[in-house]
Amino acid sequence: MSLDISFIGVLIGSIMASSVPLILAASGELITERSGVLNLGVEGMMIIGAIAGFALMVITDNLFIAIIGSMLSGVIISLIFGFLTQSLLTNHVATGLALTIFGIGLSAMIGKNFVGIPGKDFPILFSSLRESIPFFGPILFGHSIVLYFAFALPFLTNYFLKKTKLGLVVRAVGDSPVSASNQGINVILVRYCCILYGGGMCGLAGAYLSLIYTPQWIENMTAGRGWIALALVVFATWSPIKVLIGAIIFGGISILQLHMQAVGFRIPVQFLIALPYLMTIIVLVVISRDSRKIKLNTPTSLGRIFYKEK
Amino acid sequence: MEDLLIKIEKRNDVPTTLYFFTPFIAIILTIIGGGIIFYTLGFNPIEALKFYFITPISNLYGFSELLLKATPLCLIAIGLSFCFKSNNWNIGAEGQLTFGAIVGGGVALLFYNQEGFYILPLIIIGGAIGGMIFALIPAILKTYFNTNEILVSLMLVYVSKLILDYLVVGPWSNPEGFNFPETRQFSDSARMPLLFEGLRIHAGIFISLAAVFVSWFVLYKTYLGFQIKVSGLSLKTAKYAGFKGKTMILIVFMISGACAGMAGVGEITGPIGQLHRMISPDYGFTAIIVAFLGRLNPFGIIFASLVVSLTYLGAETAQIFLQIPQYTGQVFQGMILFFLLASDYLLFFKIKFQNFNKNELRH
Repeated sequence: MSLDISFIGVLIGSIMASSVPLILAASGELITERSGVLNLGVEGMMIIGAIAGFALMVITDNLFIAIIGSMLSGVIISLIFGFLTQSLLTNHVATGLALTIFGIGLSAMIGKNFVGIPGKDFPILFSSLRESIPFFGPILFGHSIVLYFAFALPFLTNYFLKKTKLGLVVRAVGDSPVSASNQGINVILVRYCCILYGGGMCGLAGAYLSLIYTPQWIENMTAGRGWIALALVVFATWSPIKVLIGAIIFGGISILQLHMQAVGFRIPVQFLIALPYLMTIIVLVVISRDSRKIKLNTPTSLGRIFYKEK
Repeated sequence: MEDLLIKIEKRNDVPTTLYFFTPFIAIILTIIGGGIIFYTLGFNPIEALKFYFITPISNLYGFSELLLKATPLCLIAIGLSFCFKSNNWNIGAEGQLTFGAIVGGGVALLFYNQEGFYILPLIIIGGAIGGMIFALIPAILKTYFNTNEILVSLMLVYVSKLILDYLVVGPWSNPEGFNFPETRQFSDSARMPLLFEGLRIHAGIFISLAAVFVSWFVLYKTYLGFQIKVSGLSLKTAKYAGFKGKTMILIVFMISGACAGMAGVGEITGPIGQLHRMISPDYGFTAIIVAFLGRLNPFGIIFASLVVSLTYLGAETAQIFLQIPQYTGQVFQGMILFFLLASDYLLFFKIKFQNFNKNELRH
């Protein structure tokens, strides 16, 4: 196994690319969960975004419309979840599961006529710099604009939650909806917005898969990434910067297992693929056993229904 | 001047008739919604729905397939009803099913070249224990480390699927199997007896039916069932009454895991006959829909498992006759749950339509 420096650069570049859908979906879900809503429909929203983006690309031949359309489709599908959980006060867990099951089915139905159509090359930025600079070239340059956006997103999310008034409102709604409501905040409206934002980001994460990462449509192509994104939010203890770190670890594991398979490494690959889930459980145990820690980290009202007597 | 005023009031008690009636509303709305989707895809909705819901069960073979798929759904949902009734959100039944199938399948492989009446019971017990062990992980973490059981049970689904994948590719793969990811065929004694010649329906259905009656007895006639129901309604009351909360959590998870594990065994010793990667088309997740649609009532669950089983069959038929992907079954399953949850609004809130005269207010 040759481990020259340029190979490592390319390897890091590919790890970054594989972590993009996780960062996007997890950052979106993080905002949703911070407002106290547990949406288990990430996988469903991602796959809807993936087919919507790909279908729009084929129909309009315009990648910009495809990307925007995929986000909108995520917003629309998450509106079902928002309406049910916020307006009709349904159980978050059951509604989210229904959204995932429904989304996977619907995407396959829509995608029937798009199987086997080749994708289009997505424009990459600074491609000349990628080749000319050794090691750093493949890491920093030659990526799509979505990747750069994804890597900025956790910092933007962190700034939003910690430094802006709106971010404070979102956290207040998630930690104590009753007090927030007494302060005159429209809890339901804030939660609607956070759900729709999460939907949009999951839609974009899906489109990244079908337009950029593996440009084609395959049934069920998100292949469980939505669940990993969900795990990632917990693994990151609801902190945006840790989402970025976690996404690189989880994305790195998925790239590493491919390489280890290729060189015939002795550790079973299944163990590596299972690592993100096992690590998430361990993190959950560590933060949950201490009641002070869990209060600091978890949105207190996560998954609970809020109802205001009118 | 008259205004129509819609007023929404919270109900104090839920009428039982409405409670069991709303699932039917959900099913009707799902059929209408399915018709609309078929129409937008360019099919004649009536014809497509006929292919979906009538054609699959219009002959004896189809009816046997309906019961075949309802068997695991019913069994898992019965187990889940114990968890959900006591407010424990076990959503990892798919993982418990898989691990049950791994342990049961392991027993079957031990006896692959032997015959004997004792083999099948051993496999079933193995499956129940496997499912139980896997369900105990979220339960123990919840009781002793205060972790969220939703997330842990969900994560473990993927862990158990990867263990299965490892086993069928690696140590348990069939030595004469040309490296296909599957184990040996089980011996005849390790297979569920078929009920009728030429049909796939097998004796596993009796396990599901037994589970229905036992769960009805436990939930409605025993002290444990009473504890479970009280904890579901109010945790504070349960504590005040002195119920051992932790023990109860462990028990309901064990029941639920054992049912899912036996359902997994039913699949591998029934229609499949070996272990491979795809032993369940997400029965563990779909059973959550079944449990809800059946209102966590043992007999409601029988009915719900038949309805949801039909969505699987309909998807297969529609794939053959209409050339649409089999995934459409999930569209219907998702819609059923959406509409069911939405119609629950009627249970908790009264919608009043009032006609009243604005002028009257001025007096």
